[in-house]
Amino acid sequence: MTDFGSALAAAFSLVIHLDRDLGEIVLLSLRVSVIAVFVAALIGLPIGAAVALFRFPGRTVVAVILNALMGLPPVVVGLIVYLLLSRAGPFGVLGLLFTPTAMVIAQILLVTPIIAALTRQVIEDLWVEYEEQLRSLGAKPRRALATLLWDGRFSLLTAVLAGFGRASAEVGAVMIVGGNIDHVTRVMTTAIALEVSKGDLALALGLGIILVVLSIAVNGAAFVLKGTAERGQAR
Amino acid sequence: MTAERSILPLELRQVGFSAGRKLLIKELSCTFSANSRSVIIGPNGAGKSLLLRLCHGLLAPSAGSIVWHGAAGREPSFYQAMVFQRPVMLRRSVAANINFALSLRRVPRGARPALIRDALKRTGLSRFARHQARVLSIGEQQRLALARSWALRPQVLFLDEPTASLDPSATHVIEEVIDAIHRAGTKVIMTTHDLGQARRLADEVLFLHRGRLLEMAPSEAFFAGPRNDLAQAFLRGELLWWQRRELTPP
Repeated sequence: MTDFGSALAAAFSLVIHLDRDLGEIVLLSLRVSVIAVFVAALIGLPIGAAVALFRFPGRTVVAVILNALMGLPPVVVGLIVYLLLSRAGPFGVLGLLFTPTAMVIAQILLVTPIIAALTRQVIEDLWVEYEEQLRSLGAKPRRALATLLWDGRFSLLTAVLAGFGRASAEVGAVMIVGGNIDHVTRVMTTAIALEVSKGDLALALGLGIILVVLSIAVNGAAFVLKGTAERGQAR
Repeated sequence: MTAERSILPLELRQVGFSAGRKLLIKELSCTFSANSRSVIIGPNGAGKSLLLRLCHGLLAPSAGSIVWHGAAGREPSFYQAMVFQRPVMLRRSVAANINFALSLRRVPRGARPALIRDALKRTGLSRFARHQARVLSIGEQQRLALARSWALRPQVLFLDEPTASLDPSATHVIEEVIDAIHRAGTKVIMTTHDLGQARRLADEVLFLHRGRLLEMAPSEAFFAGPRNDLAQAFLRGELLWWQRRELTPP
């Protein structure tokens, strides 16, 4: 208990004094996760909306696969990306293994199905409400898709946040493809795992505190934004 | 109203529509001509809303054909608009809802503000232009749905029970707007449960029962005494749940 107390005190000290190593790790974590979620949203939002909107053979299978991929094991994704980017792999020539780019790629693969599957559900519900009106006004499929994404933007924010939550908390895949190299690919989650194994609980707890605060802050901001928007649009 | 040639008359030839094994519209033939308000009445499940959707092109008939004789190669749906029983408002402002409809009909950006102002003024919604559409009351939303349709200057306007669930004062306002749209030159084809409304608005009445058109007649003649016995019973306020052995075509 005393160890925990002293570790907690040291952790707060690191956070308050803006420890340089801590700051570097936090910034890299944010950079990797934000880029991954941004790219995943660019891919996942239209895919999810298209699956909701268009009728095509195998649509149900695609929807089931999207849902199933939400629970994709991170270590498996890490392994696949590792094999693809390793020197002997098809993309080995790019030299991306053990770089932040490799971590971004792994997170994109993990986050895209989450955003796409949640988007499909949101857009499908909205399409039930809008379909006849949009068809009556003469909206072509591409315009209908854009309209649904825009009008569902506050609900879709939740989908993107779920993706961010997954990305920022992820450890298995980024550990495999990033290697947890100090000052290069060390992010909050991999650093926590490493520091705990080394017995440096202060840094691990400091990072843990920041991770939790960050998660609460992002979700809180989104909650307020969504609530404000919904009040403005309430019937 | 545009000066373009009318897409009317609209002719339905032996139109049928089925969902699964159930035949919901049966061998329905009629012609809608310009410059009259056609009101479709009948009990629940008669196929009134289905008929509107078939005419508007939201549904394709399972049998028969729907012909816009004046279309002459043009896309008929481009000259039509429809207002639904439950108004569907996009999650944006009142003015933006109309702007959205105008953009879909490829109305030049510069021409839109005047059309939006005019449509809002005619429906008494000018002061709500910047409000979120979904915060309006249902009656106001229905007026906005009419304004959105009116701004498109359609040749034909389909109205699916536009005053269902509205109180008398809101109904009165909606009926005034419908009348104004008709006077501006738009052909109105609407459904209603409200016989009083049918009397007030109809130039011609179509009586549907179980997917069949049993009578189509000028309003005065229909309300003075319909030829069809089911239509007579409906006007007397009887409940048409009982089975008939034979159905007499109009």
